[in-house]
Amino acid sequence: MSTDSNKGIKFTEQLQSTAINIDPDLKKRANDFLKDAELPTTRNEAWKYTRLAKLNKVAFVQNEDTSLSRSFEIDREACRITFVNGNLATNLSDLKLPEGVNIVRLRGNQHEQFKLKTNPEELFGAINLSYLSDGIYIHVSKKVKVDQPIEIIHVLKGSDVISNFKTIIKAEEFSQVNIIQGFFAEDGASSCFMNNSLEIDVMDNAILSLDKIQDENKEAFHISNEMIDQQKDSTFTINTHTLNGGLVRNNLNIRVLGTNCSTNLFGTYLLNGRQHVDNHTVVDHKVPHCESNELYKGVMNDQSTGVFNGKVFVREDAQKINAFQSNANILLSDTASINSKPELEIYADDVKCSHGSTTGQLDEEAIYYLQTRGISKTSARNLLIRAFVEEVLENIANENVRQFTESRLNDRFNWAL
Amino acid sequence: MIKIQNLHASVEGKEILRGLDLEIKAGEIHAIMGPNGSGKSTLASVLAGREDYEITEGSVEFDGQDLLDMDTEERAREGLFLAFQYPVEIPGVSNINFLRTALNEKREYLGQEAMSAKDFMAMVREKSALVELDPKLASRSVNEGFSGGEKKRNEIFQMAMLEPKLAILDETDSGLDIDALRIVANGVNTLKSKDNATIVITHYQRLLDYIVPDYVHVLFDGKIVKTGPKELALELEEKGYDWIKEELAQ
Repeated sequence: MSTDSNKGIKFTEQLQSTAINIDPDLKKRANDFLKDAELPTTRNEAWKYTRLAKLNKVAFVQNEDTSLSRSFEIDREACRITFVNGNLATNLSDLKLPEGVNIVRLRGNQHEQFKLKTNPEELFGAINLSYLSDGIYIHVSKKVKVDQPIEIIHVLKGSDVISNFKTIIKAEEFSQVNIIQGFFAEDGASSCFMNNSLEIDVMDNAILSLDKIQDENKEAFHISNEMIDQQKDSTFTINTHTLNGGLVRNNLNIRVLGTNCSTNLFGTYLLNGRQHVDNHTVVDHKVPHCESNELYKGVMNDQSTGVFNGKVFVREDAQKINAFQSNANILLSDTASINSKPELEIYADDVKCSHGSTTGQLDEEAIYYLQTRGISKTSARNLLIRAFVEEVLENIANENVRQFTESRLNDRFNWAL
Repeated sequence: MIKIQNLHASVEGKEILRGLDLEIKAGEIHAIMGPNGSGKSTLASVLAGREDYEITEGSVEFDGQDLLDMDTEERAREGLFLAFQYPVEIPGVSNINFLRTALNEKREYLGQEAMSAKDFMAMVREKSALVELDPKLASRSVNEGFSGGEKKRNEIFQMAMLEPKLAILDETDSGLDIDALRIVANGVNTLKSKDNATIVITHYQRLLDYIVPDYVHVLFDGKIVKTGPKELALELEEKGYDWIKEELAQ
């Protein structure tokens, strides 16, 4: 144990260990790790700009009450399953699954064995394994094109409640599916914590798109650890749109293991107040003839802070890789800030890669021009912000998800046109 | 329409307009000419409401109201239009979207109902034809990737859409070839009516062959120093501005 009592992990002290035992070896390693674990400080490179000390001010509890004052949905046409604080809300979940899709709840699962990708020696991965509330395994059968999107909704409710949830997805060869993850908070939810874990296998020639909407509240903590493995000829697309949240950290790790893969990462973070959103992404090209595209855009107002850390590895054998990465930011106030660090590590010699990062303010000249046409200053600013993020939003292939995202932006920032 | 009296304006402590007087009535076209640095573009910016300028003295009455008391967008909604010397490129904002926003904000301000999408599109087709603007440009991002001539035609297209009472064309002719100049001038002449007025700010007499002014004013050192009929423009073209400076010195 550390002699400095402030450094230990206090926020989990009241939690009950999970009865879910999906990967016993890994769970044991997680438990061992947590005995001596400390909260990472900003001296730790991975957490340089994200302070976690606030977590230790809350004694999180688990809560199995799944009643909600209203339902949450993103795509009304999707097959929807709802979890409240990590517990299945049966009344808000569809029982009928699309053809070719099988879903197994991790709680009570006796049949499926899993070999997990989670790192048990990483704090939030370890906590997730040790205190797992529940989880689901989504299996998409070979050669099935699933027309109906699968929507997994998570709602935080109550005070100081933690949800440790794991989603495992396997899209078999030649399958195609759109999965939506929505993260919300009920009105009045205070200091809740979504500790989310996601593991995906995209098998040969499969096409998987994941639309992730983060729309919790200003007091909510959200940490996501997402691990994706892509096999040959597969396509993986993720749209991460952070519309609301207090302290948000997304760790997105994609390993491209097979040749001829496409990988797309799109994200926005639109912040005000004292919100903090940190996107750490890794695309690891291990084999040749693949392409990856990454575009993240942020708009920060008030005293909000953003972090973008994007890493692209191109390993020695990974020739003929096209990898593009870009991060652009607009600061709307003098007190908002962004730390942006795009990184390329290239060990192959026949590749096309680029990366870039820009940070600026709204173009005053453009605002004046719009005003001279009779558009108010506020509308002019909104038009420009909207245009800025539109380049990312237009990549959401699911029309309903895109409309939902845009209408929430209208609600929150008054960007209606 | 507009009555400017003893207008003084400075930028960063430097006085550019030094007691400018000008009155324009509905139905008239006034040309303002003058050498570089005489204050022509400053006048356009001050009237449009650019914030960089400080008005230290004088008044501007626009249709019976105090223009200087209004925000930039309010002036536009009241019917003032500035065609920019250097139109601004706005990536990601479509010409159409922004014009619809502008039109509807203006209509709301005037207590009128919003225009239907159908009527709006019909108007876009009609007005873009007026300045021979490719309808495809109407749906592209504002001025982005437009040629110099397309940008200027886009200014007149916007003017046609917004139907201002007073239009100020700030060096709209600069950089235009003769065909583009004709198109722009034709647009302005077609839009002319007994109820609106135009200020044409230019460096060259050439434009005034196509847009014929009722009055020509010479702006020098922040003041209007000479006013005459359209022939004055020809005289300026021929003799330059030195003779006016000499007249003033006497």
